[in-house]
Amino acid sequence: MAQPVLATHKLQKSFGALLATDRVSVTLMPGEIHAVIGPNGAGKSTLIKQICGSLQPDSGSVDLLGKDISQLGTAARARQGLARSFQISELAMEDTVLQNVVLGGIGATRATWRFWRPALHTQALIARAESALARVNLLEQKDTICAKLSHGQRRQLEIAVALTLAPKAFIMDEPMAGLGGEGSKTMTKFLDGLRGEAPILLVEHDMDAVFALADRISVLVYGKIIATGSAREIRANRAVREAYLGEAE
Amino acid sequence: MRLREPYLNAAVLLGLIALPLAALLADAPFTITLATRAVILALAAVGLNIALGIGGLVSFGHAVFFGIGGYVMGILASHAQTYTPLDLGFVSIEGTKSMPVIWLSAMLISGIIAFFIGLLSLRTSGVYFIMITLAFGQLFYYFSISWPQYGGEDGLSIYMRNDFPGLNTLKPLQFFCLCFGLLCSVLFIQSKLQSAPFGLALNAARQTPLRAQAVGIEPLKLRLLAFVISGAITGLAGALFADLNRFVSPTMFSWQLSGELIVLIIIGGVGRLMGPVIGACMFVALEHFLGGLTEFWHVYLGLILLCIVLFARGGLIGLLTGKDGAKV
Amino acid sequence: MSAILIIEQILNGLQFGVMLFLMAAGLTLIFGVMGLINLAHGSLYMVGAFAAASMAGLTGSFFIGLLAALIAAALAGAIIEIVVIRRLYKAAHLDQVLATFALILIFSEGTRWLFGSFPLFLEIPKLLSGPISLPGGIQYPLYRLSLIAIGLAVALGLWALIEKTRIGIQIRAGENDREMIAALGVDISKLYTLVFALGAALAGTAGALVGAIQSVQVGMGEPVLILAFVVIVIGGIGSIRGAFIGALLVGLTDTLGGVFLPELLKLFMETGSAQKTGSAFASMGIYILMGGVLIWKPTGLFGARA
Repeated sequence: MAQPVLATHKLQKSFGALLATDRVSVTLMPGEIHAVIGPNGAGKSTLIKQICGSLQPDSGSVDLLGKDISQLGTAARARQGLARSFQISELAMEDTVLQNVVLGGIGATRATWRFWRPALHTQALIARAESALARVNLLEQKDTICAKLSHGQRRQLEIAVALTLAPKAFIMDEPMAGLGGEGSKTMTKFLDGLRGEAPILLVEHDMDAVFALADRISVLVYGKIIATGSAREIRANRAVREAYLGEAE
Repeated sequence: MRLREPYLNAAVLLGLIALPLAALLADAPFTITLATRAVILALAAVGLNIALGIGGLVSFGHAVFFGIGGYVMGILASHAQTYTPLDLGFVSIEGTKSMPVIWLSAMLISGIIAFFIGLLSLRTSGVYFIMITLAFGQLFYYFSISWPQYGGEDGLSIYMRNDFPGLNTLKPLQFFCLCFGLLCSVLFIQSKLQSAPFGLALNAARQTPLRAQAVGIEPLKLRLLAFVISGAITGLAGALFADLNRFVSPTMFSWQLSGELIVLIIIGGVGRLMGPVIGACMFVALEHFLGGLTEFWHVYLGLILLCIVLFARGGLIGLLTGKDGAKV
Repeated sequence: MSAILIIEQILNGLQFGVMLFLMAAGLTLIFGVMGLINLAHGSLYMVGAFAAASMAGLTGSFFIGLLAALIAAALAGAIIEIVVIRRLYKAAHLDQVLATFALILIFSEGTRWLFGSFPLFLEIPKLLSGPISLPGGIQYPLYRLSLIAIGLAVALGLWALIEKTRIGIQIRAGENDREMIAALGVDISKLYTLVFALGAALAGTAGALVGAIQSVQVGMGEPVLILAFVVIVIGGIGSIRGAFIGALLVGLTDTLGGVFLPELLKLFMETGSAQKTGSAFASMGIYILMGGVLIWKPTGLFGARA
């Protein structure tokens, strides 16, 4: 049995009387896309925050490639190889596309404490950035100011930045958010090809994408995983139908 | 009127050199002193701009470093001019009137204090950060007022300008060139910093700290270093200012001065390399001309500032080049 | 160090604190409801003092002067809210700081232009002048005691306004969720103007009241403004209760520190330097207090969850 790339062990988090995360244990195996779905308010973003390090769980742990990262902060986890894309694009709006992606390279290569040679003249950083941009088809827009990009292009840029980290695992928070039909199809195809590089933990609402992409699906309701399985198994699961699929579609 | 920023920058620098040279020819040494004043204030504001414009740290207490630089100069020079060493208990320091030594000391001490202030303040953000930096300014202000040994409220006079090897620093033009040389060096260093990975990361951390963390960058450490560098530069300016006026006083710590430094940057354009320089020149020019017209020129300064904040957010550089300033 | 002296100083500290509360309450309301940092609050304090001094000088009545202070400050507040402040609600903190800093310049120099650089004189009303005998054989200035009373009354009135009236509900709701109350049909711009004018009136009243025991001059507002900011940072921005406790803490620390620190140091040092060092540390004391509170509770004593 292969070792999971990413695993959470009984993560628990309460906000006062509200149990937002109820002993959640999920695993991400090599080469897979594992989708986490659930109705609004199920606790998906709380779970993501605990995995990425911006929220400390009350109990439970997270490990990456077998190593316990529970005590590490967000930046440290990123340096360990955990890449993340945000539901609402987090980008440096005043900077160009290239500058945004080079930022990823700076973090990845620990170049933050270089003070002299311009970042945009450093071959290593530029090469890494441009190859990531090429993969998401944004290379032509590299000198465009981020604020001028379309919504879809910004979503692509988010992915490009994550790529530069050459990560061990991707955490993607609703990458389809706000994308129309065409954009969703393109993104779905892209993510499909990405799984070979590093497995993806995918939080999504777009059911077409989820069923097209996911090897495994976990259903989160009221902070608790009520079912994990293949797309077919989940579709057939009665508890899931009642709690979620029945209402949404 | 759209100008390319590098051309604008060059034009400003050339203008800054040309003015005192013209004044020399016209035998108007006071103008050279004015220009020196502008250059020194510009240097102080350049320091602040690194923390404020690039780092996004709204420090309303940067006068702390200006004052520290001034008092380092004042203390070292006064011990030199009275030929008594400074007795710190465990070590006795001879005073000095050598500029390079004074500058290095001012930068070192300002930097160290910036480190500690930063350590305490940078854990807060938003209005709390503004308030805590303001409070530190007040702390030093009241401390210097009640420190009689170095003049207290009345301040400390240094009779002779300090020495720089090979120059006659009493001559206005020579002192101007010294200050101008320092300003240019610092501007050069800043432009290098800004385009280096450090600057890019700091600038990104201002706009989107979440994204910076998500790629493995720790905004707090970046900001601390930026704050230290910023404090050291403003400290250097303080030492020069005290030298220019041959006088140090607690007003160098005043919160009004902290506010004025921010105003200088805003007038020129936040985060832009030459923003503080343009701002300082405009400010000193306004101070001189408007001040000559009416005793109440601050009213007009206030109105201009109000208009800039409400209507011309990118400052002068923004107006001329069409580019907005950094969003802080 | 007699007990009488200690009690007198405590009363002085309370009086100082309670006047600070008037400033801090307005400041914290404005920040809590509108999210605005208002550096011009000190100028409104000054406007109140000058209005009181001029009207009292014209009419000979302190109380008419006080009324004039309230009206003038509220009016000034309403005007600047409509002309300037309105445009700043959505702006970054830096812009708010600068714009209100600009207002300080305009108000200060404008006042100096109108009234000159020499301080104006505001007399304590005959009704409240002279000492009053307190239990324990203490003679305390009646005016200062009335200030404490007025301050407490205002605190009570504010509490009643916020907790018990419809405007109060709107204010509390506004502090929690600005967009929501707009969506619910509350006239936001009127509410904001009202809150700003209320804060201004409080500041102006404080200026007038204190103006009788200190001098009325340009720039009198700024030191108080900074202290008020320290108060609301200690108390927690947006909390009136925090402003009250914070103001009393600051008032007592400053007054008692200024008296007792030198005395304390005199035990270890010779009198001259003890006095000077003590005074130095006393004026720094408030900032040390603020630093300590922030380290313990980063958003102040009653501030919002961090």
